Amino acid sequence: MTADQIIFLLCTLLILGSALMVVTTRKLIHAALWLVSALFGVAILYAVLQAGFLAVVQVVVYIGAIAILFIFAVMLTRKEMLDKGAQTRSNWWIPALLGLLILTGLVSLIIGQPAFGRTASEIPSGVDTLRNLGIALVSPDSFVLPFEVASVLLLAALVGAVYIASGNKE
Amino acid sequence: MEKFIIWLLPLPPLLSFFVILLFTNKRKALSHGIAVGAAGLSWLGSMIIFIRALGVEEFGKHFFGASINWLPTGSTWLKIGVQIDPLSAAVVFFVAWTVLAIFVYSIGYHNFGQPIGDHDVAGLPPHGATLAEHGHKHIVPSIEPMYSRFFAFISLFAFGMYTLVVSDNLLTLFVGWEIMGLCSYLLIGFWFGKPSARNAAVKAFMTTRIGDVFMLLGIAFVYSFTGSLSFSEIFKPEMLQALASTPAFFGLSAAGIIGLLLFIGTVGKSAQWPLHVWLPDAMEGPTPVSAMIHAATMVSAGVYLVIRMFPLISAGWTEGMPLNTTMSLIAFIGAFTALFAATIAVAQNDIKRVLAYSTISQLGFMIAAVGIGAYVAASFHLITHAFFKALLFLGSGSVIHGMEHGILYTGDHTDSQDMFNMGGLRKKMPITFWTFLIGGFALSGFPVLTAGFWSKDEIFAEAFGNGHLTVFVVLAMAAFLTAFYTMRQITLTFFGEPRTKAAEHASETPWTMTVPLIVLAVFAVGYGWVGIPENFPGLGGLIPNWFHEFVGGTLSKLPKAVVFSWVPLVTSLCVALGGLLFGWLVYRKVKSPKQDFLQIPVLKNKWYFDEIYNFIFIKPAFWIAERFTSLYMDQTVIDGILHSVARFSLFLGHAFRNYFDKPVINELLGDGTGNVVKASGSSLRKIQVGRIQYYMVASLAVLVIFALLYYFLLV
Amino acid sequence: MSIPLSWYLILAAALFSIGLFGVLSRKNAIAILLGVELMLNAVNINLVAFWRYLDPAKMAGQVFAIIVFAVAAAEVAVGLALIISVYRRRKTVVADEIDLMKW
Repeated sequence: MTADQIIFLLCTLLILGSALMVVTTRKLIHAALWLVSALFGVAILYAVLQAGFLAVVQVVVYIGAIAILFIFAVMLTRKEMLDKGAQTRSNWWIPALLGLLILTGLVSLIIGQPAFGRTASEIPSGVDTLRNLGIALVSPDSFVLPFEVASVLLLAALVGAVYIASGNKE
Repeated sequence: MEKFIIWLLPLPPLLSFFVILLFTNKRKALSHGIAVGAAGLSWLGSMIIFIRALGVEEFGKHFFGASINWLPTGSTWLKIGVQIDPLSAAVVFFVAWTVLAIFVYSIGYHNFGQPIGDHDVAGLPPHGATLAEHGHKHIVPSIEPMYSRFFAFISLFAFGMYTLVVSDNLLTLFVGWEIMGLCSYLLIGFWFGKPSARNAAVKAFMTTRIGDVFMLLGIAFVYSFTGSLSFSEIFKPEMLQALASTPAFFGLSAAGIIGLLLFIGTVGKSAQWPLHVWLPDAMEGPTPVSAMIHAATMVSAGVYLVIRMFPLISAGWTEGMPLNTTMSLIAFIGAFTALFAATIAVAQNDIKRVLAYSTISQLGFMIAAVGIGAYVAASFHLITHAFFKALLFLGSGSVIHGMEHGILYTGDHTDSQDMFNMGGLRKKMPITFWTFLIGGFALSGFPVLTAGFWSKDEIFAEAFGNGHLTVFVVLAMAAFLTAFYTMRQITLTFFGEPRTKAAEHASETPWTMTVPLIVLAVFAVGYGWVGIPENFPGLGGLIPNWFHEFVGGTLSKLPKAVVFSWVPLVTSLCVALGGLLFGWLVYRKVKSPKQDFLQIPVLKNKWYFDEIYNFIFIKPAFWIAERFTSLYMDQTVIDGILHSVARFSLFLGHAFRNYFDKPVINELLGDGTGNVVKASGSSLRKIQVGRIQYYMVASLAVLVIFALLYYFLLV
Repeated sequence: MSIPLSWYLILAAALFSIGLFGVLSRKNAIAILLGVELMLNAVNINLVAFWRYLDPAKMAGQVFAIIVFAVAAAEVAVGLALIISVYRRRKTVVADEIDLMKW
């Protein structure tokens, strides 16, 4: 068991535990906070995977924006759902069964592929992943178009969210 | 040259018919001018032919004739053509004169030159026009509204008669026959506004039609036996021999049957008993029509046919033999009709009716003559009768015209044709009186001076001399009655004092009417002298019996003149003079029908034959038409079938609609499909719960199931 | 690196299933969105793992992951705006009660 593996396993525990808490906890605000924890674990994983930029982006965007947004939403809709009673639907075992089946299927698929058993190779020296990422995002013969489209998408989402949530046009 | 003229004889009247009808209908003077001109042209042609015929030696053997091949019938041709032999030359002579006289007479009869009537309508007789001159109004006779039409029709009639006379075969003879039948219908019903005229026209046509059917059968029989319709072919001695010896139906030979069938045509056309009923009713037509039909042309055509067919009728018979069946029948019908019609004539009060029955009676004389084999006598009487009967009819028309004048003058509405309204007209209408008297004496057989005496006497002589005593006695009785009613007619009309105001104011008719009377009177007197028998006491032999030689030459063997005997001569003198005297004596005193002892209902009502025919034929015919065919068969059976088909179709339609269309197609298929869709829709729509997680679970479950299936079944 | 690729993939699969369970079984609409976020993160882990283990020189994996970030952000924004709007109208955030589109 190398150090990476231990770190990985700890991360796994964090992520999966937090995720389970997200979907089972009674209080919604707790669920949001457990989500933050899960996201944090994912960021650590990114860092282990030597995608440092993505780790930072994960923290900043997901935890810093999205999770905050969730907390705001919980706050704004708090009056109705007073965290009383069961939070899961009465027939929760169907989704559970489904989830288990899907998990089993996926895992069996993954294990069945011998190619997935390999370990990572070293990143060749001289390859600056960050630099390459930056160039890839804005280079015309690379991924500038999806990048720009994503920005348009964000704009649309922005406008849409503002419009939908404004609601006082009667 | 003669052949050319013969073809042309019927042509001018035909052209006149078409021209008047098509072009000159509105112009009265032009129409009568064309008609009279055409009659004159035909008259001229006839005279030329006649004179030329007189000059030919043995004309009977070398007659004028020409024919053409007309209808191809296999390897032979049906020929039609024209022929003038002695018989038809004599006939065409009288036809030309009488037709011309009647045409000229019609101008005056229909009041040419008079004003148009006050309320005259086409289809009714004219009723007079009011003239206002120097102060007071009086009514004058008015011109006939359908003036030109009349001339067109009588031109067609003349065409028919000429065609019949000049034809050399039965086919064109029949064509002329039928044209005259049509024209008699048109002319009897000339005043079509009167229902009586319409009915009389239909009656005439129907009755003669019955005769025509049998005649057509006879013609067909002739053709099928001999293969030809030409007289020259039929009358060949070998052909006659074959016809006489071939047995046919009812025990008669072929010749007998053919003769009988053709004779029935004559019975219809010449109004013999039993088909006599149309002729008196035909008096509904204008008087020139009556003269034309009943004297000059139509009834003469019937007798002409039977005289022409004499070789066929008498095939196998020679003089001295007893008569064969056909001839006996013909003689019987002729004699019977002569007496029968004479008995009716004595009880008639209408001046034209007397003449009508007189015509029927005289035709009976002629037919009886043919029946007993007196060929020449029959032809002779035919021709003299045509002249004096035309004269009598035209004279009666003149009398009626004079009476009409009187009626219009006095404003009475008396019947201008009733003899009991007349009287004393000899002073008012002298020319009419004298010509009528000559005609009446000719009809009665006044001795020596009139043509009728010679022709009637010859018939008596033949009847007596050949031993046909029954015929002789019957004809003698009929002759007595003839003289009696003729004198009755003349006495009532012309002698005595006027019995009504109208008769007082009667006046003579214009020259267009009196000149033809005079012309015909000349012939009524003079024509008899061309046929004086050679062996007549005193007068015989002074003038050769031209008629006997000429017309007798038509037959293959010249008939022998009958041996003279005093009995028929004395009988004829007695009946004629006795009848005339008796009639004058009785009717001098009679002033009204009540004093007339001969107004016996049976005679007045024509022996009730019209009623008998109505009962036997007309009523059943109407019954068949109205009840049997129309009601039972047509409405009940045929319409019943149609209605039940309709009802059945309706029933089928309803059945289909209610038992198949509605339940199966509408409800089962149409509504059923709809209901199935609705039901499935309303049950399936429950899937749409609207809850997202439900949808997601469902889709994932399906995905997982498919994945499992894929994994376990395929991998 | 001695961690086999399959470990990352199994982790991502587990995270995905948990997220799926959350989406399908939670009553609150916001909780459903939380589940969706977990699923998106699982996808991201997959992407980055594959990038690192197959060809780190090519940047397609990371770019894809970045795009996923952007999409997730947009989606969360709009989704929450919708939930808030619905809450204002219907006074409820229980997913089962938002069933106007039912039959």
